[in-house]
Amino acid sequence: MSKGQLPRWVDYGVLPALNLLAAFIISGLVVVVIGEDPFEAVKWLVWGALGYGEGIGYTLYYATNFIFTGLAVAVAFHAGLFNIGGEGQAYVGGLGIALVCLAMDRFVPWWVTFPFAIIGGAVFGAAWAFIPGYLQAKRGSHIVITTIMFNFIASALMVYLLSNILIPQGTMSPSSRNFEAGGQLPLLRNVFTSFDFGQSPVNLAFFLALAVCVVVWLLIWHTKLGYEIRSFGANPDAAAYAGISPVRITVVTMLISGALAGLMGINVVMGEQTRLLLDFAGGAGFVGIAVALMGRGHPIGIILASMLFGLLYQGGAELAFEIPTISRDMIVVIQALVILFAGALEHMFRPAVVAFFDRFSSSTAEA
Amino acid sequence: MKTTTILGAVALAAVMTTGAMAETFKPAVVYDFGGRNDRSFNEAAYKGALQFEERTGIKFRDFEIQNPSQREQALRNFARRGLDPIITIGFAQAAALEKVAKEFPDTHFAIVDSVVDLPNVRSIVFKEGEGSFLVGLLAAMSTESDTIGFVGGMDIPLIRKFACGYKQGAKYAKPDIEIIENMTGTTGAAWTDPLKGGELARSQFARGADVVFHAAGLTGTGVLQAAADEGKLGIGVDSNQNHLHPGSVLTSMIKAVDVAVDKTLTDAKEGKWTSGVEVLGLAENGVSWSYDEYNKPLITAEMQSAVEQAKMDIISGKVEVHDYMVDSTCPF
Repeated sequence: MSKGQLPRWVDYGVLPALNLLAAFIISGLVVVVIGEDPFEAVKWLVWGALGYGEGIGYTLYYATNFIFTGLAVAVAFHAGLFNIGGEGQAYVGGLGIALVCLAMDRFVPWWVTFPFAIIGGAVFGAAWAFIPGYLQAKRGSHIVITTIMFNFIASALMVYLLSNILIPQGTMSPSSRNFEAGGQLPLLRNVFTSFDFGQSPVNLAFFLALAVCVVVWLLIWHTKLGYEIRSFGANPDAAAYAGISPVRITVVTMLISGALAGLMGINVVMGEQTRLLLDFAGGAGFVGIAVALMGRGHPIGIILASMLFGLLYQGGAELAFEIPTISRDMIVVIQALVILFAGALEHMFRPAVVAFFDRFSSSTAEA
Repeated sequence: MKTTTILGAVALAAVMTTGAMAETFKPAVVYDFGGRNDRSFNEAAYKGALQFEERTGIKFRDFEIQNPSQREQALRNFARRGLDPIITIGFAQAAALEKVAKEFPDTHFAIVDSVVDLPNVRSIVFKEGEGSFLVGLLAAMSTESDTIGFVGGMDIPLIRKFACGYKQGAKYAKPDIEIIENMTGTTGAAWTDPLKGGELARSQFARGADVVFHAAGLTGTGVLQAAADEGKLGIGVDSNQNHLHPGSVLTSMIKAVDVAVDKTLTDAKEGKWTSGVEVLGLAENGVSWSYDEYNKPLITAEMQSAVEQAKMDIISGKVEVHDYMVDSTCPF
C-alpha cells in the first residue's frame, strides 16, 4: 500500500462511521440546546427504528423506497449525469403502476398483476426521464434544470389526474379508488407470520428492491453497456473517441435511471397505500441523491445508506412522538446533519486518518 | 357477520362513553401536512384544542405528520397508548383513519373535512359553499369594476367547494359579474407561498379585479398584503383575518374548525359523544362572514342587510347553495 492511500475497509467502513459519529455528536448538541437529554433521544431514535418488530418493518419499508431512488441516481451518476428528477419519475411511475392495478385488480390474483405493474412503473418512470435525457443529448439542455422542471410538471399532471379523472365520485381526497386484492402486494407480516412485523407496511417490494440491486450491479460492472456508461462518465471525450455514442449513452442511462425511480411506486402504491394518492413520493426522490452519494454509487453502499435513512425516518417519527419538544423540524435538522457530514464533508476526516495510518504502517514496517 | 361486528362496536362505544372515559381522559390531535403552526387550517384545530386545555386543564398530545405513511402510524401509536378521543385534521387522513378505527373499535375518533362511516368515528364537515356564497355576494356588491378574483391553493375538490360558492354568491348579487380564478400550485408548497399568492393577486388586479378572495392557507397572507399595497380589497379565509390589514380586508369567510375541535373534545369529556356525520353550515354557525371594527367602514348598511337576508334565505332553504360534492361540477 502506497503512502496516502487507505485500506478499503477504512475507506468504506471507518470513514463513513466517523462522519456519522460527528453528525450525531452535533445533533446531540442541538438536542441539549433545546433542553432535552441527548442520550434519551438516541435511545428513542434507535429503539423506535430497530427495537421491536413493527419498528424494523417501518425502517425496511422506508429503506425500500430509498433503495429504488438511490439506485436511480447512482446509475445516472456513473454516466456523469445528475438526475435530480427521481421525485417526478417516481411519481409518474406510480401512475403507471396504479393504472395497471386499476385495470387488472378485479380479475386476476396479485402475482399476475405484479409483473405488469413492474413494467408499468418502469415504463412510465423511464418515459418521464426520456425527455430530459433526449434534450440533454441532442440539445444540450442541462439535465439538472430539466429534471427539476419535470418534477413540477409531474406534480401538476398528477393533481389534474387525481382530482379530475381518477378520483371516485363524491369523495374529498384526491386519490384513486382502493385496489382490490388483485392489486395489493402481500405484506411481509402476512407472509412471514413467525416474525412479528406488527402493523408495519413492509411488503414484497423489499425483495424486489434487493433483486434490482443485483441487476444494477451486474449491469454496471459486468456488461458492455455498463462499461460504456462508466467510461462515458469518467471521460465523455475519450469515450466518444473510442466509438461510444454520447447521445445513445445519455438517453439509455436516463431511461434506466427513470425506470428504477419509477419502481418506487411498487412499494408505496401497490404495497402500502393500495391506491394512488397525492404526493405519495414524499421527498424520497431527493433522499435518493443523498443515499447514492453516501453509498458511493455501489448497490451494497446504497442498501446500507438506505437502511440508515430508513432508520432516521422511522426512528425520527418515534422520537418526535415520544418527546413532543423535539418537533419534526428537529428530525429534519438531524437528517440534514447526516447528509452534510456524510456527503458534503465526507473528506473532512480523511487527512487525519491517512496520517494516522501512515504512521501506523511505517512503524509496523520498521518493526 | 358484518352487522354483528358493527352492533358489537356500537355497544362497546356506548359502554366506553359512560365508563372508562371519565377516569382517564387523554385527548390527542393529529395534524396533516402543514402542521400545527400553518396559520390556517391546522392551526385553527390546534387553537381549538388549546382552548379546551385552558378551560379544563386537561393536556392533549399532538403529532405533525411528515410523510403519507405516518398518518396511519401516528393514529395507531396514539390509540395503542390509550389516548381517547383522537381527532385527525384534514381530508387526506380519511383512508388511514378508516383502517385504524377498525382496529380500535373502543377508541373514539373524529375527522375534520371528510366522512369516515364507522361506528366509533365522528365526521365533521363544513358547508364551505354557504360561507363563500356570502363573501361572494359582498365582493360583488363592493366591486366597482364588476370584476372580482379568487386565489385558491391547489385545484382539489375542497378548494373547488370554496370557489363554487363564491361564484354563486357573486352572481346572485350581480348576474353578469366577471370572476377571475387562479390556483397557486400543484405541490404542498402551494399552501405556504405568500410571494406567489401576492403575484397572482397583482395579476388579477391588473386584469381589472378589485376584490380578491383567497382559500390558500399561508399563501393567502400574500394575497391580502398585495390588496393592501395596491389599495384594493382582499377577503380572508378560515379564521377572521380582518385585523391583518384594517381597511383593506373586506371580510373573512370563517370556518370554525377551532370551535368544532373544542366542541368534540368537550362532548367526549362530558359523555355526550356521538358518532356519525356532523355537517356545519350557516345554520350551525360552522361557517360565517366576519364583521368587526376593522371592516366596519367597508360594509355599507345596504350590503349588511343584503348579506343577512341571504344568510336567512340559505338557512330557510329559499336560496339553495350548490354543493360541489354532489356532482363534482360547478354550474357557475
